[in-house]
Amino acid sequence: MKAIYFAWVRERIGKPEEEIAPPAHVVTVGDLLSWLKGKGEEYEYAFENAQVIRVAMDKKHVRHDAKIEGAREIAFFPPMTGG
Amino acid sequence: MLTIRIQREDFDPAKEAEALTHGRTDVGALVTFTGLCRSEAGALCALELEHYPGMAEMELERIAQEARARWPVDGIVVLHRYGKIEPGERIVFVAVSGGHRGEAFHAAEYIMDFLKTSAPFWKREHHVDGSAGGWVEAKDADDTAAERWKRK
Repeated sequence: MKAIYFAWVRERIGKPEEEIAPPAHVVTVGDLLSWLKGKGEEYEYAFENAQVIRVAMDKKHVRHDAKIEGAREIAFFPPMTGG
Repeated sequence: MLTIRIQREDFDPAKEAEALTHGRTDVGALVTFTGLCRSEAGALCALELEHYPGMAEMELERIAQEARARWPVDGIVVLHRYGKIEPGERIVFVAVSGGHRGEAFHAAEYIMDFLKTSAPFWKREHHVDGSAGGWVEAKDADDTAAERWKRK
């Protein structure tokens, strides 16, 4: 699946998007955040306060307990500040 | 009529509002809101707005449809800019037309409250002294503003 990062999440990780292939035990968005955190210190930094990270699956907001199965695109970003 | 646009360029609020009432005799209320970039007492030279293309449009449309399902309003326009925006420039525009003012006011406020908390846009500050400012932090007050619509 494709992972996309925005705002300071993107800056901390150092790239706007990438293909990821999480293992089978990664079931929920929360699991995915934990797994990504283990990918390196830039991910650890981006997701150090994982509960504030907002997540969208295929361009729809989801909670951290949502299952990621079937998602083609998962986006991670800070709380929104538009308007 | 539902118009959602996300664009880099500026827009003309009068023209956008006119589109909702032109040639109509059944519209009794037109509410518009324009959000502008503040200089923060001269410290800010620009805001840079990032968005999630595709999702931002979808979210604005979803919010506008929810407002329309909730109040008997007629036309809705939601415009949001991205890119670098200087103090005094327009950032966002919401217009709602309807038969009466009550529903038009409510729908416009509802759209702005949810736009702030669930449309994927992020602001970063650029300071006058040349330093790259940080990302603007989300305000609890915006969450509270959106939250109040759920209790009704």
